[in-house]
Amino acid sequence: MEAIEKIKEVAAQAVPGAKLEIINSTPAAQQPALLVDRDHIYAVAKFLKEDPRFQMDFCSCVTGVDYLQKADNPGFIEVVYHLYSVAQKHGPIILKVRAPRELDQCRVPSLTSLWRGAEFQEREAYDLYGVRFDSHPDLRRILMWDEFTDHPMRKDYVPPADYEWEPTPHHDTLERTVQVGGITPPTAREELEKARKK
Amino acid sequence: MAVDEGLRSELQKQGIFVLPFEQLYNWGRKSSIWPLQFGLACCAIEMIASAAARYDLARFGAEVFRATPRQADLMIVAGTVTKKMAPLVVRLYNQMPEPKYCIAMGACAISGGPFKDGYNVLKGIDRYIPVDVHIPGCPPRPEALIHAIMTLQRKIANQHLETENRLRWYDKNAETEFPIPSYGDHDLQPPANCEVWQPPRSYRDVTLDEVKKA
Ligand code: SF4
Repeated sequence: MEAIEKIKEVAAQAVPGAKLEIINSTPAAQQPALLVDRDHIYAVAKFLKEDPRFQMDFCSCVTGVDYLQKADNPGFIEVVYHLYSVAQKHGPIILKVRAPRELDQCRVPSLTSLWRGAEFQEREAYDLYGVRFDSHPDLRRILMWDEFTDHPMRKDYVPPADYEWEPTPHHDTLERTVQVGGITPPTAREELEKARKK
Repeated sequence: MAVDEGLRSELQKQGIFVLPFEQLYNWGRKSSIWPLQFGLACCAIEMIASAAARYDLARFGAEVFRATPRQADLMIVAGTVTKKMAPLVVRLYNQMPEPKYCIAMGACAISGGPFKDGYNVLKGIDRYIPVDVHIPGCPPRPEALIHAIMTLQRKIANQHLETENRLRWYDKNAETEFPIPSYGDHDLQPPANCEVWQPPRSYRDVTLDEVKKA
């Protein structure tokens, strides 16, 4: 398969107006990825699926990545698609698309209509990262219960205050439990006082 | 017991068994503990192995895994209880007829195990239902499950039908249904049923107190 630069060039020709960028930055990713803007991700994905040179007929993985706010950027949620071609035995092409972290603006187009297999994985990304996939056929939570209101894989997620006092000689857990009002034994405060004095 | 031990063993040699009804009744119960057929995670695989030919749970009369709670005596909570699953486990336990028992199998079921700090895993099923036998291990080997069944059999054999510590079943005031937690915005509501579960106290402090008292 062609190098990512070539793919970018071809895709830019096929989808006029698409803002494409090659991302090399994260060492963990191993392979360079193609960052596409939100308005053209669907067209680019469709092109990669249908073009006889690529025939990316299999979307193996959809996931979210949370980038917190840093000095030089306001932070964003990134959705990553890994595409393979079973027909031509090549891949992956990694597509990335970014959306703002704010829950009401965190929307990207769904690619479920191109790859049916993306449906559950997009639901997972919605559940855990709060990314809303526009025109997804059935965007509900998939792992957490429906009444749940958080998106726990976001880095600013605060877990529920269900810390419990554990019978260890370390009183840090007890400190934390009492602080957040978690479940404590009846003697918790006494024990904590004793531990603080020591 | 009224019958003299020596006389009883003499009679036994002649093929006559004299024993209190309670003992006979408990012998029957302990020799046919039917578990509820469900598994939640990796521990379930070990549970399946214990039921299969090599470990052969049938030797203990507990091989009949029932696919409905209405016919089960024992709930083996084998695996990670997620918070999403917990209300369903409690509901299943409520649907089992008395007398019913519960074995919490594996680190996850007894305490949340490797996922204890997770937002999505219950920190032990004993927060909502009373557990008769806890088996530590990740996963416990089939021998450990068999040991737990034997422990439960001993417990059943020693249960009384009439006196103070009689079966929950025969105690009209006892709790037979346990409140089912509801799904909250962030966590299960309530996070634990304090009637059946209290947080453990500091091991160090408990032993010191007890030593002082003694
Ligand atoms: S205790 Fe270990 S083996 Fe058992 S369910 Fe938990 S993680 Fe799996």
